[in-house]
Amino acid sequence: MINLTINGKEYPVEAPAGMPLLWVIREQCELTGTKFGCGIAQCGACTVHVDGQPIRSCITPASSVEGKNITTIEGIAPDENTLHIVQQAWIEEQTPQCGYCQSGQIMSAVALLNENPAPSDEEIEQAMSGNICRCGMYGRIKSAIKRASTALQASTSNPQLQ
Amino acid sequence: MKKWTRRAFIGTGILASGALVIGVAIRPGNRSSKVAGLIAEEGETVMNIWLKISPDNTVTAIIPHAEMGQGVHTTLAMMLADEMDADWSKVKFMEAPADKEYANYVVAKGFIAGNKTFPKFLEGTIDGVFLTAVKSMNFQITGGSASVRFTGQQGMRIAGAAAKAMLLQAAADTWKVPVEELKAEKSIISHPASNQSTTFAELAQAAAKVKAPKQPRLKTPEEFTLMGTSQPRLDIPAKVTGAAKFGMDVVLPNMKYATIKAAPVFGAKVKTVNTSIPSDSEGVLKVLNLENAVAVVAEGYWQAKSALDRLNIEFESTENEGKSQDDIFNGYQMAMDKALEEESIEEHFRSGDAPTALSEAETIVEAEYQLPFLAHATMEPMNCTAWVHNGKCEIWCGSQNPLGAKAAVAEFLDISPEQVTVHNQLLGGGFGRRSETDVIKQAVAIAKEVDFPVKLIWSREEDTQHDVYREATISRMKAGLDQSGNPVAYSHQFLFKHHPPEAADIPYTVPNQLIQFTSPSSFVPWGNWRSVDHSVHGFLTESFIDELAFAAKKDPLAFRKNLTQDKPRFQKVLNLIQEKSDWNSPLPANWGRGIAIAQSFGSIVAEVAEVEVNVEGKVKVHRVVCVADAGFAIHPDGFKAQMESGIIYGLAAAMSGEITIENGAVAQSNFHDYQVTRMSDAPRIETYIINSGNPPGGAGEPSTPVIAPAVTNAIFNATGVRIRQLPISKTDLRVSIQQTT
Ligand code: FES
Ligand code: FES
Repeated sequence: MINLTINGKEYPVEAPAGMPLLWVIREQCELTGTKFGCGIAQCGACTVHVDGQPIRSCITPASSVEGKNITTIEGIAPDENTLHIVQQAWIEEQTPQCGYCQSGQIMSAVALLNENPAPSDEEIEQAMSGNICRCGMYGRIKSAIKRASTALQASTSNPQLQ
Repeated sequence: MKKWTRRAFIGTGILASGALVIGVAIRPGNRSSKVAGLIAEEGETVMNIWLKISPDNTVTAIIPHAEMGQGVHTTLAMMLADEMDADWSKVKFMEAPADKEYANYVVAKGFIAGNKTFPKFLEGTIDGVFLTAVKSMNFQITGGSASVRFTGQQGMRIAGAAAKAMLLQAAADTWKVPVEELKAEKSIISHPASNQSTTFAELAQAAAKVKAPKQPRLKTPEEFTLMGTSQPRLDIPAKVTGAAKFGMDVVLPNMKYATIKAAPVFGAKVKTVNTSIPSDSEGVLKVLNLENAVAVVAEGYWQAKSALDRLNIEFESTENEGKSQDDIFNGYQMAMDKALEEESIEEHFRSGDAPTALSEAETIVEAEYQLPFLAHATMEPMNCTAWVHNGKCEIWCGSQNPLGAKAAVAEFLDISPEQVTVHNQLLGGGFGRRSETDVIKQAVAIAKEVDFPVKLIWSREEDTQHDVYREATISRMKAGLDQSGNPVAYSHQFLFKHHPPEAADIPYTVPNQLIQFTSPSSFVPWGNWRSVDHSVHGFLTESFIDELAFAAKKDPLAFRKNLTQDKPRFQKVLNLIQEKSDWNSPLPANWGRGIAIAQSFGSIVAEVAEVEVNVEGKVKVHRVVCVADAGFAIHPDGFKAQMESGIIYGLAAAMSGEITIENGAVAQSNFHDYQVTRMSDAPRIETYIINSGNPPGGAGEPSTPVIAPAVTNAIFNATGVRIRQLPISKTDLRVSIQQTT
């Protein structure tokens, strides 16, 4: 039995040694927004944050993140009625197509903007190239990140929005 | 042959005879009351199959297609709401349950009639035998870029218009005023002269008793309020919060998990496996030998997968096991030679006398092309949740073909279809893969052995190695030019003909043509892959026409224009792309520009790619300009998104997409060796839509066939190297660049 802290909530879970965080999050915590795409750190669909850093949960043993702060797509919005600036930008750019990759895309984008609020095109490409979108919405993902970046900078005076 | 118009369609009495035929007017007492039971909640009136009015005056569009990201729920709801003059902010959508009453015969009819002409002899059968036949074929398929073209145009719009006509009539009867004096706007019907108004909901009961109109008047484009606008897609908000539920995300009480390993060699069977629960595995509940596959059921996917990986499974050997990709291509060459020699080759199209014209031509151009197998690699790996209980079966999955799924399950379990319930979920990509039922049958085979619901999840490796593949193929092309460089003869021998039947046709004016094909046997399972045969012929036709332009010493765009003078839509598309792509502007060294154009699924799409080939021979596609004659784009932004999607999907295949067979099995396994386009390789895409006034064309597929030739033609322009084998990564471009620099 290990204790995981996900989106600020404690989850006591049964995770055999070596069991990846992805499956604990999805099957035991029933937080299904984090997706399975490849299982070998190739596609980014399973991206979550551990202490603010984006990681591939499909290759990260759950036992290795005990005691750390795990954030999933369900936990990035400031509250139930407000979307994260990045989520808002995603809607405004009408980014998702099938949507399956988008939790991972958004988690990578949020991590990027936390590090670098005004990334260049190259920096965006570099940060996002671990996230595959088979629907090919790369242009829209890039535009949405830029839109979020602009909104983020405009809101620096209002820290609540971040 | 008679033009298949709305008048002819309705004129056959479809609306009048059985209102169900296009789904209009479900009234108590007719056989559609069965449908009412499925979708109507307390206090709601079902007006017709494709819409529902609730007491709170919301209109629900019931949409017989799966949402796989094409925004079909929004677009089809818009078509219905616009004709109905419903308040868009109060319009909801619901996917039709997989029930025979929803059998999407409109789709079938569109396919059969090709959306062009409708044979007279079929008209009389349309609402009788035809409908029955189509229903028994279990049509409720999302594919062939058909949703808007067929369901939307012939189902949703007419349903919306008919509903409005009935509501207006109901109001006229209630208020005893002439119907012409009434106005419908934002889900309210008013009579300005007497200052009366009421909501759709208030009138719904009365309207359900009104006789359905024979020919509801459809709006002209000038009257559209929603069609042609880009309303925010209804499915998007849930897709940014993680709330959207895909097949993979189904959670049921007491549900367990399973994963599977099928015999790597196609057609092989399990020889030995120990099905007792392994002592070294935690959480394993069952090991099942399914004859051609082994499945493990466990408390979680990871437990099942770990146990499966540790099992010792022996498979029987088969005749396919020694086969390699080279054997397959050699077999194709032999089959082609044999078909030609024995004259068993089949004719696809013939005009004039191509052999004679070839023998008399001034210049002969000849080329042989080769294309690889392709996997779908949908983002969401295959999965299905099944629960077999009390002689019934319920399944949860994202399917492009829920009725087919239902029929397959019923047949597999030998129970009646009424005992099978399909709960369709969002699809994490379809591209044709999710119209198959193989995974569903596997899930049911597992669920049948346990007394709890079980979610079968394929690993990405299984997904890559047990797909149904776009055919690998070879093609022989030959053409003759006259002294002024005009093509006078065109001959093409290709392999395999699936659909659409016209895929191998060329749009160009060439007087003498001979197009033939033969279909060798293949042990690699085939399936619909985005744009189907167009994904092959788009590349063949548009590469070869480029070769002809070069041989004729003509500009490739001007050459195409010259050969499509009888096709005004092509001319318009080519003119616009010439302008938007700055076709004649200079490019830096080692850059090239290439064009391709094709008509598929009712849309005409041209693309110009701008590529750079660097000294290492690496190809970078910087920009793609796309011009599409969409007929009429109901949702322009959604149409653009589909063009972008089809381009990136086709680009992944063109650059590196290749499934090869080694020892009878697929050699690739995951995204590291079946590489797809990532953001760093994605070009800037600019899409321009032409609304030509033709019927709306497909959106999901038509941008895919032309991207590969646009890129290889651009590579030729940059380097002088003609790529005749896909993927592009097979060709070493270093030498060519070193020579030119
Ligand atoms: S599932 Fe983790 S990177 Fe693909
Ligand atoms: S939106 Fe479908 S995979 Fe990205």
